[in-house]
Amino acid sequence: MTYLVTHLGRIGTLLGEHVVLVAVSLAIALVIALPLGVVAARNARAANVILGFAGVLYTIPSLALLALLVAVMGLGTSTAIVALVVYAQMILIRGIVAGLRGVDPALVDAARGLGFTARQTLLRVEFPAALPVMLGGVRVAAVTLVALATIAAWINAGGLGVLLFEGIATVNAGKIVAGALAAAALAIAADAALRACERLARA
Amino acid sequence: MTSSSSTASPNGGARAGGARVELDGVGVRYPNAPFPAVDGVDLTIESGTFAVLLGPSGCGKSTLLRTINRLVEPTTGTIRIDGGEIRQRDATDLRRGIGYVIQAVGLFPHYTVAQNVSVVPRLLGWERERVERRVDELLRMIRLDPARYRDRKPRELSGGEAQRVGVARALAAEPRVLLMDEPFAAVDAIVRASLQDEIARVHRELGTTIVFVTHDVDEALRLADRIVVMNAGHVVQTGSPTEVLERPADAFVRDLVGVDAETRRLALERPLIER
Repeated sequence: MTYLVTHLGRIGTLLGEHVVLVAVSLAIALVIALPLGVVAARNARAANVILGFAGVLYTIPSLALLALLVAVMGLGTSTAIVALVVYAQMILIRGIVAGLRGVDPALVDAARGLGFTARQTLLRVEFPAALPVMLGGVRVAAVTLVALATIAAWINAGGLGVLLFEGIATVNAGKIVAGALAAAALAIAADAALRACERLARA
Repeated sequence: MTSSSSTASPNGGARAGGARVELDGVGVRYPNAPFPAVDGVDLTIESGTFAVLLGPSGCGKSTLLRTINRLVEPTTGTIRIDGGEIRQRDATDLRRGIGYVIQAVGLFPHYTVAQNVSVVPRLLGWERERVERRVDELLRMIRLDPARYRDRKPRELSGGEAQRVGVARALAAEPRVLLMDEPFAAVDAIVRASLQDEIARVHRELGTTIVFVTHDVDEALRLADRIVVMNAGHVVQTGSPTEVLERPADAFVRDLVGVDAETRRLALERPLIER
């Protein structure tokens, strides 16, 4: 535990990198997943293709995916972000589809019947009603990415994984414990924060 | 042949009144269905009429109702509102001018009562003050105290209150036609009776043309100026409640109004309870 206490500054820096890595990946992943999720929720055939493809990507072992990406993109943060974005797709799209399909059909019927356009129905009625379930997907994705982002250190993308890899290489248990504890704490914090958002969205 | 069946607004305000709705050979055939859901319906609903589409489930009455605001597009025939073919109009525009109430109410759960009621006026871009005035006016019309109910969320309402709000939302932009699809089928008998009284009163006050779908014979007799009996996609009889009771067009209608026809006829002579 001494490493944790004596190197708080460095752990803080790495934690910051980790948060940025996860946050940027999650944001990009959402931008991609939202339209795909909307299309998949409306069209069963598109859902098969989109969820099937995302599912295949999701099953690729993370180290293998990173190795493949490094071969194409080289080492560094952007390569790690691409990998995290790919992994988040499956979880996010599933959440968006489940959320939208779970919207009470009466709400959509009422909205259409009262004169909402298709776009207004989606943005003002379907998204707000689906939000709690969609946020559940975001939460699971965030926690998964916090864990997954530790291996980004392996391709020089920084983050708390640096402590884990250094600790393994130098047989320094204190470093490993410090990195693991910090990553776990971040995952728990992300989980709690997004749970609070879900509760707000339900209220 | 304008036989205005309902009196004009008694309180003399600039009321919208009701539109005349004409259906001409309207048919709806869903893809892959063996029979059309609606088949060759000719029907004229005069301005200000309370018309009730009555029939068993699956007879096509809801489908027919939904052709009037183009939620369902007819495969044959034409529909005119106040003489204008609705197919020529933008569907969204058309719907903003037609009230719509459904059995499941469909209040938007993330909106307050006031926001729900004012949805269509806001879509139409009314000014904020006018919207607020209208919300209070509507809540008073459906007898919910604006101060107490304006800021509630739908989940804080009883089933009956929610459907009153549903009716207010449908009437917010002063539509000349109001479509109601089994609006009171999900509430208990006592609440249903009071909602029926309310809508009858609102109809008298506003003179809006109402097209109301139900499978409940007593509800139809109680509310309708004209009953349109449907079976298997066809209109089998159109007439006043008394006509339908006393001269059913065929065995189907006779069975529908049933053995209680005499009791029901007597009940018609009793006016709606006023509160």
